[in-house]
Amino acid sequence: MARSTVGWTQDVGHVIPLDHHALERALAARMDAPSRRWLEQARSEVERDPGTIATIFPAVGRAIGRAPLHPGAGAGDVHAWTLDAAARTLLLVAIGPAVSGEIAALYHHGDAAERCGVLRALAFLSVEDAVGVPLVEDALRTNDLYLIAASLGAYAFARLDDAALAQAVLKCVFVGVPLTGLGGLQERATPELACMLARYVHERVAAGRGVPDEVWPLIDRFGPSAELAAIEAELTHPEPDRRRAAQDALASRAARGALAGHAVQGALVGGAAQGALADRAAARARQES
Amino acid sequence: MRMFDPHIHMTSRTTDDYEAMALAGIEAIVEPAFWLGQPRSSLGSFVDYFDGLIGWERFRAGQFGIWHHCAMGLNPKEANDEPLAREVLDVLGRYLAKDRVVAVGEIGFDAMTGAEERAFEAQLELAAEHDLPVLVHTPHRDKLHGTVRSLELVAASPVAPERVLIDHNNELTFERVLASGCWCGFTIYPDTKMDERRLVSIVEAEGLERMIVNSAADWGRSDPLKVPKTAAAMRAAGFPEQEIERLVWHNPVALFGQSGRLELGEIVPALRATFAGNSILRGARPQ
Repeated sequence: MARSTVGWTQDVGHVIPLDHHALERALAARMDAPSRRWLEQARSEVERDPGTIATIFPAVGRAIGRAPLHPGAGAGDVHAWTLDAAARTLLLVAIGPAVSGEIAALYHHGDAAERCGVLRALAFLSVEDAVGVPLVEDALRTNDLYLIAASLGAYAFARLDDAALAQAVLKCVFVGVPLTGLGGLQERATPELACMLARYVHERVAAGRGVPDEVWPLIDRFGPSAELAAIEAELTHPEPDRRRAAQDALASRAARGALAGHAVQGALVGGAAQGALADRAAARARQES
Repeated sequence: MRMFDPHIHMTSRTTDDYEAMALAGIEAIVEPAFWLGQPRSSLGSFVDYFDGLIGWERFRAGQFGIWHHCAMGLNPKEANDEPLAREVLDVLGRYLAKDRVVAVGEIGFDAMTGAEERAFEAQLELAAEHDLPVLVHTPHRDKLHGTVRSLELVAASPVAPERVLIDHNNELTFERVLASGCWCGFTIYPDTKMDERRLVSIVEAEGLERMIVNSAADWGRSDPLKVPKTAAAMRAAGFPEQEIERLVWHNPVALFGQSGRLELGEIVPALRATFAGNSILRGARPQ
């Protein structure tokens, strides 16, 4: 993870704010005068009477906009901060300690954008775990990519135990939330997560399907031998779809290992060996067809 | 020609209806909150319904390229359960602040009770507070009396008549509504209320100013294609295209556009998209 501008970290193209001042500066640079006035007035209203957040919070997208906070972000980037999410965070910060009493109702009565706003704000608020963690858990039960991505910020990484975090990461892989946007994942990876991901790869290969190549660094960091052997065994399976899926998965593993540069030597050697195995299996499949 | 159905309860309809509506040219709708054919017994049932109107139903409509908006309100029938009605009115403000909520509604009278009138007045106040237009249902029975009383309540309220739609009019009520400055809605039904032929006669005589036509299709016998069928009836009667489009598009856009929350851009139907991960393509997970 490399430092970029002050107050932000950058993780493979995803910028993650370190504090709400960084969000405030980024948002200020994107707002026009009417938006700025609206936000200033909204902040003073919720500071004076925290209950007013109930009707201010839903209006944020209309007043501030919904575009990415960083203009370079891709349209479908589920990890990217948006103008409305940043403004919602600043409003919740402005409420102060009373935010604990408002946040669950804001989430439960909120539409998808409001819920993302609450989840992204959690890392910047003093909210009791008994209030904030159930919201993260609720979002992780949905299959909405934006909600899942929003729920897995620094707040969740500091509070979910290894088992819950492993389930969350597996869910990301399953529904298609890119792992590269999850700050802190490298520090929280465990052997059990590597095993779960490898078993998932095996399951996909046995169904003749593909897997995202970003699972491989997490798997190869711990190299679960039984699970990897089960995947490699698919290279000689009688079913051609399974052999082909195994070739593709292991080829992406080798490519990922070569790209990563920091992959352990064994994984690279293993990858090369698997490439040869895959070639033989492919040749056999051609003869059969 | 762009078409808008400004009163339709899609929660009660199928994806076949959405598909037929999209093919017939309907690009935008307003779904007013109403009752479900039987009374709800708790606030949670209302909240889940309101959440559905801004969530799953908006997503479903989008799958067919239709811009879904809604009106939020406590309907007249359930206003008569006053302890529950108070709870609903307490939470309503949150929902009146949501994106694509373009009116308070449908509110009004069913059996002309005191409880209905109190909920009506309270919701006119909420409309003023949230700067929203109002969609008023007029009763099936005692319609003229109910319409006249509704107009009196509107006149006594802080909401301007040009921001109010009085709906479900017939030959005996529409003149009073037009004279009041409110918008005049006609619901085209298979059997009751109004039909296409009668509607054509009325607009031939009265013109199109502040006239609105809708299907009010719901869980009862009704037809979600009544707006395009009315357009066809007007065409057969010799109305020029721009006049028809004024009735079935520009008028509802002008009325609900006063909310500042209409969203009418282009939707490309994305049949592979999901709402909270759940697709309308049952069984096959979108890839």
